[in-house]
Amino acid sequence: MSEVAPKKTPLYDEHVRLGAKIVAFAGWLMPVQYNSIIEEHQTVRNNVGIFDISHMGQLIAEGAGASEFLNTMLTNNIDKLDIGTGQYTFLLNERGGIIDDLIVYRIGAEKFLLVVNAAGTEEDFAWLQKHKVGHASGLPRNRASETLALLNRSAEFGGVAIQGPRIGELFHALFGKDVEIPLRNHIADFSFDGTAVSVARTGYTGEDGIEVFFRATDAVKFWNAALEKGKPFGTKPCGLGARDTLRLEMCYPLNGSDLSPERNPIEAGLGFFVDLNKSNFMGRDALLKTKENGLREKLVSFRMKEKGPPPRPHYAVFQNGELIGQVTSGTISPSLNWGIGMAYVSSAHAKIGADIDIEIRGQKFPATIEKKPLYKK
Amino acid sequence: MTNVPDDLLYTETHEWIKHEGENIRVGITDHAQSELTDVVYVELPKMDRQANAKEAIAVVESVKAATDIYAPVKGIVVEVNKALEADPGLINREPYGQGWIFVLKIDNADDLKQLKDAEAYRKQIVV
Repeated sequence: MSEVAPKKTPLYDEHVRLGAKIVAFAGWLMPVQYNSIIEEHQTVRNNVGIFDISHMGQLIAEGAGASEFLNTMLTNNIDKLDIGTGQYTFLLNERGGIIDDLIVYRIGAEKFLLVVNAAGTEEDFAWLQKHKVGHASGLPRNRASETLALLNRSAEFGGVAIQGPRIGELFHALFGKDVEIPLRNHIADFSFDGTAVSVARTGYTGEDGIEVFFRATDAVKFWNAALEKGKPFGTKPCGLGARDTLRLEMCYPLNGSDLSPERNPIEAGLGFFVDLNKSNFMGRDALLKTKENGLREKLVSFRMKEKGPPPRPHYAVFQNGELIGQVTSGTISPSLNWGIGMAYVSSAHAKIGADIDIEIRGQKFPATIEKKPLYKK
Repeated sequence: MTNVPDDLLYTETHEWIKHEGENIRVGITDHAQSELTDVVYVELPKMDRQANAKEAIAVVESVKAATDIYAPVKGIVVEVNKALEADPGLINREPYGQGWIFVLKIDNADDLKQLKDAEAYRKQIVV
């Protein structure tokens, strides 16, 4: 890791003012909690919570050939996207390993917004930039691929996620009674107090919700308006702690924990977001080979059998005394008040319903491999 | 903001100590519980176990991390707070009351002289 001082989002002063506990995360000073991770978690499950996601990267690909280029760099099929819709997808290396997981939105015929993980922003951008040059040079001059522009707008833009069952009420309070909320996975621009913001019906919590992207200079205004107008609906600011427990109950992977350059989307159980029917994309050959040879390990979700200590990353996983894998994410689920987690285990043992043991401080605690998600309303 | 009662002793590692005759009652400070965030699990020490000063004998786990709790001085575990098994959040709500963790019968009351008083602990946590 570099020694560069952690960055502050445009909402940093608001977090401090609200009494947040601040931690360094992926090179950013972020609120881990304001008052209580469990309370904030319940706010999102029962009412509606608001998260600062300004640390996430925002990349733009625009110009003739943008869709064709992204289709060679991302696993999901861009051609399925109409203007104003988005999809979950992966950026892979040559070995099929995961550089990042992200959502790509088609915001114009040949204009795309990529919302990527904070830790991956620079690397993702450099990786795309590097291959854009190769891509353009491989095409005839008259294809105008030189006009394809890649832009990292992360520093000039911020964002919030507003998540929870009362999102509809809060959306209308913010944008107007007669304004329609975008459909699931759709994105659209709205006017807010004289400025334009983009609203996507997406999230990382398992609840209905939106993600709102705006210029960094509008961040404080929007944040405070959402908190103020959200009061009747029980809106509270929520930190990274709750974001992590919420996503884990849904078994949404976290890059750096459950995903890495040494893991591919098939092992992670996310093959749904990989279109192997596309003629070519970065990592495709490696993935085909993996499929052919069979998977060595698989990411599984598990639930502890007894009340006990929380499972945590790097704990060893056993079956009948044999070491079969390692935990990548784990916690006490605030919704279930029960230990849950995800682990990579050897494929032969990765059966739904199988009994496993998690080793915690030298002692084995029984658990069961379960279907995802681990939490259902 | 954080509460540091005058009538308790403290350790560098954020345990509080209440002297009760030949025993000491031990928990973690208000500052520590606030830093740890929501406590979700407590691994209590075994009854009758011998503990040396600064030996890890219990574990407090929050949503985010597991933290060792140390015996402040040499002694034997004579009582553990079973209530924490059902309700670990007691440590957050009442760190100096119902959230106590264990009681040690101590070897030598003189050992307590090495611990911090409230004044010294306040200085430690104001950084």
